[in-house]
Amino acid sequence: MVNIIWAFMAAVGIVYAMFNGTMDEVNKALFESAEEAVTLTIGLISILVFWLGIMKIAEEAGILTFLANLFRPIIVRIFPDIPKDHPAMGYILSNITANIFGLGNAATPMGIKAMEQMKELSGTDTASRSMITFLALNTSSLTLIPTTVISIRMQYGSGSPTEIVATTIIATLISSVSALIIDRIFYYRSLRR
Amino acid sequence: MGVITLISTWLIPCFLLVVLFVATWKRVPTYEMFVEGGKDGVKMAFSLLPFLVGMIVAISILRSSGALDAFIQFISPLLIFIGVPPEIIPLAMVRPISGTAALGMTTELIGTHGPDSFIGKLASTMQGSTDTTLYILTIYFGAVGIRKMRYALKVGLLADLVGIIASIIIVTLIFG
Repeated sequence: MVNIIWAFMAAVGIVYAMFNGTMDEVNKALFESAEEAVTLTIGLISILVFWLGIMKIAEEAGILTFLANLFRPIIVRIFPDIPKDHPAMGYILSNITANIFGLGNAATPMGIKAMEQMKELSGTDTASRSMITFLALNTSSLTLIPTTVISIRMQYGSGSPTEIVATTIIATLISSVSALIIDRIFYYRSLRR
Repeated sequence: MGVITLISTWLIPCFLLVVLFVATWKRVPTYEMFVEGGKDGVKMAFSLLPFLVGMIVAISILRSSGALDAFIQFISPLLIFIGVPPEIIPLAMVRPISGTAALGMTTELIGTHGPDSFIGKLASTMQGSTDTTLYILTIYFGAVGIRKMRYALKVGLLADLVGIIASIIIVTLIFG
């Protein structure tokens, strides 16, 4: 699936450029965006090293297990095929918490760690049920306090930069709950096949 | 606002303090564990690099060729017909595909229409209430080597659609 989408995006762009006369732009974008991706990764290194370091300490100190135990009743319902005491739970929880507070930088490393743990559970290169649920939750954005947007609004002299917090929270809740429902529907459909 | 800023600036340092305190209490070798975990981070970042380069390049080809804009133009009449404000359509379309592009568009919309205008509020809500599905998919599945993603992309994109529609309805109801 991803192979087709990937090839499709590039191919459509190149063919369109032939007729649209934008080959120059495509040629330029090709190399600039590759460089941009490398810059992005370098930016990620610092965040990943810092957070995975801290989370390793938290894991060794039993903080992740503690957190997982605390919220177990909710998380178990959302991720029924992860064993209750599995460290994946702790990472999922840390990722959700970081997301809620708009700390995207902290959320990504914990999300990757959670995925790693879930992959250990499934042991294949096929996405498992809980992986897709977790992904769905993350793509729907769990952010309750959109710090970046608030700061942009402040820069442009908004009379009330935080006015959109309430609408964002409602929209986020709707999209997250829908993500879970859509995920369930697709899961049960995949079972029937 | 004061409270929110306070929480988001205090949260990480305080979390750090709790982790270090508990770990030291339990005689965990903190510095050594930090370094060990950090090494994982380096490995992870490098394994992500090819996934990100591949995805970002493909998206930028699509954008720079003008094909994405043409597609947005093509479906705009339909979206305007169902009540989507035309100014917001490019943002709604780009949000699941490219995070940097979406942030750029949000900034531009807020700048042009003003942060307290209807469009400004709608763009703000939309930006905050969904995330870049393609990026998250690339990073999370790329980092741990998932090749068969099954129905993951469909679920992610459908959830984005719901989020976008929800933002429009809610902002219209509250500020419209």
